[in-house]
Amino acid sequence: MKQKTAKKILVFGLLISMAASFIGCGNGSEKKAETPPSKSADEEITIKFANFNASGGNEETLDAMYQAFQSEYPNIKVEIETIGYDDYFTQMQTRVAGGTAPDCYELNIENFAAYAAKGVLAEIQGVDTGKINETALEAFHVDGKQYGIPGCFSNVVLIYNKDLFDQAGLGYPEADWTWDDVQAAAETIKVLGDDIYGIYAPTTYNEFFKVAAQYGGALLNEDKTEFTINSEANRKAAEMMIDRIVGSNVQPTESQMGGMGDWDLFESGRLGMIPTGIWAFGAFAEACDFDWDICVEPGGSQKATHFFSNAYVVNADSEKGEAASLWVNWLASSQEAAKLRIEKGWDLPAITDESVLSAYLEVTPPDNRQAVFDSLDYLVTPPIIEEYSLMSDIISGKLGEAASGKLTAKEALDQAQAECESKINLK
Amino acid sequence: MGRNKNQEKTGERFAYQEVKEAASAIPFLLPSVIGMIIFSLLPIIISVFISLTDWNGLEELDIYTLSSHFIGLSNYIDILRGKEFWAVLSNTCYYIVLYIPMVLVSALGIATLLNKGKKGTSVFRILYYIPVLTSWVAASLIWKWVLSPQYGILNQLLGIIGIQGPDWLTSEIWAMPAIVLASVWKDMGFFGLFLLSGLASIDKTYYEAAIVDGAGKIKVFLKITLPLLTPSLFFCLVMALINAFQLFPQVMIMTEGGPNGATQVMVERIYAYGFRYFKMGYAAAFSWLLFLIIFILTSIQMKLQKGWVHYES
Repeated sequence: MKQKTAKKILVFGLLISMAASFIGCGNGSEKKAETPPSKSADEEITIKFANFNASGGNEETLDAMYQAFQSEYPNIKVEIETIGYDDYFTQMQTRVAGGTAPDCYELNIENFAAYAAKGVLAEIQGVDTGKINETALEAFHVDGKQYGIPGCFSNVVLIYNKDLFDQAGLGYPEADWTWDDVQAAAETIKVLGDDIYGIYAPTTYNEFFKVAAQYGGALLNEDKTEFTINSEANRKAAEMMIDRIVGSNVQPTESQMGGMGDWDLFESGRLGMIPTGIWAFGAFAEACDFDWDICVEPGGSQKATHFFSNAYVVNADSEKGEAASLWVNWLASSQEAAKLRIEKGWDLPAITDESVLSAYLEVTPPDNRQAVFDSLDYLVTPPIIEEYSLMSDIISGKLGEAASGKLTAKEALDQAQAECESKINLK
Repeated sequence: MGRNKNQEKTGERFAYQEVKEAASAIPFLLPSVIGMIIFSLLPIIISVFISLTDWNGLEELDIYTLSSHFIGLSNYIDILRGKEFWAVLSNTCYYIVLYIPMVLVSALGIATLLNKGKKGTSVFRILYYIPVLTSWVAASLIWKWVLSPQYGILNQLLGIIGIQGPDWLTSEIWAMPAIVLASVWKDMGFFGLFLLSGLASIDKTYYEAAIVDGAGKIKVFLKITLPLLTPSLFFCLVMALINAFQLFPQVMIMTEGGPNGATQVMVERIYAYGFRYFKMGYAAAFSWLLFLIIFILTSIQMKLQKGWVHYES
């Protein structure tokens, strides 16, 4: 009888220890057991790839790209996993920490910075990245090493309502406009009606680092060892952004917006100009019942345009880094993949081959699609630091207070500078 | 002697029988107990250790990583010394001060109305409970629209009676009350249901006796209904307080902590530190502080209940 109980206790104990081993604290020993990857070219390799960008409509496009890749590299199999944006980053963080991350995956620029700084990404090596736009590549350069390949890109242009410009008797915006020209035009448009506004540009970190660059400023010093948020040039930029809201009011305040989105305001025909992403083209083409066009974004003392890109990265722990690099590089820069990307209207490949890109120019509106490519001459990339999200939240918060009239532009930048200095340790 | 021995034996047998019965329950309990151990108990224990480190949430989690990142109580000290924790705590308290009386009073109102057993109460019971079953994401999106200053239905209704409604979610003063409003709407059905069952369990003879004695409606409510309802009210109060400290989805969707941090609350900060700023140790310490606050307040409530909760004996 007693033996039986003892047995039960033993079984129970075993189950508990099994449960404990689930928690997987045994990584150390696992790593030593690794066998070097086989060099044989004929051997079939299977790699895992995770992404969020294909979710919600482009799963099939990605699959078609993979088919094309397979016919070129029949010995590399890719298991593609497409996860919705909302869950993607918490899931990826957990998997990286748990040691079960896929061989290669996609990251947006905010997360890229943190992942690269934490040493969980492998350097991209042994592939030819020559076909990729250099600024785009540089965005994923950390300490002289390439940790990511830009899979696609988007940039920002100035979109304007032609009808409002006609009504106000103004000439359309030109590529050589500065913010002073914009201000003058916005004031004329504002006069057209009580609920008509000249321009809308968000007062956020993302907008600010670009406008700062247009005035020759930057958030960090050259070697990224110090914050320069409240520099003279940055203050000019912030004052321009804030004054058009609380000063001349050619841009609506938050309460004047009444909870409306900026795109909605433009689509309703009550907004003259909006510097926004080229991903708005589809929505505006569908929703606007007036004429609109685009031009390269105006500048301050110089031009600077936004550049957004997602990176394909390779897991530092992957034993199949070579095959993974090959696949993500192909996905980003091969002609076949690029053609499919444009054909299906997914997004723009970050490549230099204009013959492939020409198909993109043929779709209208906007008529002046060339401005999308002209903007590439002025790209600025966000300042990548380890605590990117914290910095961006602090700056956005302070600019928001300025936009609501609680702080002056100068106070906002001084406070943001002080808070960043106290909370973020730049190495 | 012999008899004694016999007694001992039956005693032993009795105890053994109990053990045997308990042991035979183990296999049936195991599936859920193991699940609890793996997915709740162990993570909870591990999070204590994480809170003592500056682990970033990306490096592989094992004993070696944790010990190499060990920083003692620094996270706790940093949090308590910083301004943010206190600002966020006071936002949460502001929410609680508005939310708890409003939700309990409206739940009590619903319960009293539904308890009358008039025609159509079952329909109303469902209507009041529907918001409880709705997902917070959907409910928040609808409330965002309801609260929209110019086009929202709430301000339009206020306009009819001549009141100029505020800019709800974009105003630092009104954003938190707006979130309270949405939360009360969503939760009152839940608490109403508990209070309703509390009302239903009050012995009818008390009412009959009171009416015979000539007590008015208000007196009956204050002297009989309310005291006898205190056990249910107490339960609702404890639940509402815990709920309120865990305020998160409605804030995330309706204001994202804005405007200018006016609606930043504890759980929102924990999420931001863990998953946006990659300071998992700091986030873990933050959540243990949240646990402590809830634990202390609930214990105080448990102590205080002796003074006002009447259990029918």
